[in-house]
Amino acid sequence: MADKAEEGGLVFHPMDQFIIQPIFGGDVTWYTPTNAALWMGLSIVAIILLLVVGSSKRGIVPSRSQSVAELAYGFVYKMVEDICGKDGLKFFPYIMTLFMFIVCANFLGLIPTSFTPTSHFAVTVVLALAVFLTVTVVGFVKNGAGFLSLFWVSSAPLPLRPVLAIIELISYFVRPVSHSIRLAGNVMAGHAVIKVFAGFAALTLVSPVAILGITAMYGLEVLVSFIQAYVFTILTCVYLKDALHPHH
Amino acid sequence: MATDTHGADAAAQAPGMPQLDFSTWGNQIFWLVITLVVIYMILSKVALPRIAAILAERQGTITNDIAAAEDFKAKAQEAEAAYDKALVDARAEAHRIVAEAKADIQSDLDTAIAKADEEIAAKAAESEKAIAEIRAGATEAVQQVAQDTAREIVAALGGKAEADVITAAVDTRLKG
Repeated sequence: MADKAEEGGLVFHPMDQFIIQPIFGGDVTWYTPTNAALWMGLSIVAIILLLVVGSSKRGIVPSRSQSVAELAYGFVYKMVEDICGKDGLKFFPYIMTLFMFIVCANFLGLIPTSFTPTSHFAVTVVLALAVFLTVTVVGFVKNGAGFLSLFWVSSAPLPLRPVLAIIELISYFVRPVSHSIRLAGNVMAGHAVIKVFAGFAALTLVSPVAILGITAMYGLEVLVSFIQAYVFTILTCVYLKDALHPHH
Repeated sequence: MATDTHGADAAAQAPGMPQLDFSTWGNQIFWLVITLVVIYMILSKVALPRIAAILAERQGTITNDIAAAEDFKAKAQEAEAAYDKALVDARAEAHRIVAEAKADIQSDLDTAIAKADEEIAAKAAESEKAIAEIRAGATEAVQQVAQDTAREIVAALGGKAEADVITAAVDTRLKG
């Protein structure tokens, strides 16, 4: 903090990168095209380029982009099949949508001066609530009242079961909270830390360390971008499995 | 950084975390829902069926190729068996030809030996006849010599002997 005063120009605005700004000026109303809308649109473009344009040659021997598209397909498909079973495969397009959106938004957000939609709770909360509602509705539609057996741990001793039921119920409703905050929190924290290092880079003395720190954090963020998308998707699969097969 | 230019006024309008500025939530949720619907449509209508078809087609091609390879392998084994059989046949044929040639030679040989034996036998008989003639000749000559000698001896002793008598006497003696 003493350094800050001496240098004068050193200011930290690590959170400014997350500000929603209208692209064409004016106020932010519910339909204004903003930087968030722009980068969500770019993630759509990225998905089209990878999965639609990449696979357009339909090669028996895949091209580079086609093998990446097949890799993404196989990755999510196998995840859904392994965790949810065969009857979970009808949710595969839905889960693939979530995974592709998060992974593309995360990676596009790593481009310097870009904007990361998944760093906003507004986005991740909607994603998590969508999963939560889907799982709950599917659970009740598929199993009826039998879905409530998810909270009644039949393998535990009888006196413990009511207590466990309360715990299970709480954990069930905490799911969307942890599900959404984990993703946005990780992405936001990484981007903010990079910004803090960038602020320190203005100091001649520590700038090598700061630049090294930015590089290291960037590498970590590349990893986090994929892992958080993976974690979000796999948790979706796990929750969906609870809805399809609620019995422990 | 581009955002730095907005730093001053942004800091003024959104102190703390922009994430908790709920005035922008409606906007983000609106665009997010559009984005998700668009991605879902693209994936479920175009991308996923196409990639599934590509993967299925590849699986089919691989299965077919493996089946074709099995086919070729069976054919190769068949060809090998046919080759082996041909080899065995040829060997048997060769054996047969050798045996036949041997039999031919044997029979030729037998004929030649038989002919040679016959000739030898004929030659031997002829020789025997010649020997017998010679022997007979010799006996006659001895008789002649004995008669002549006896006549001379009789004449030298002063006797006069009839030629017939001497001959008969010598003959008797020789026979005796």
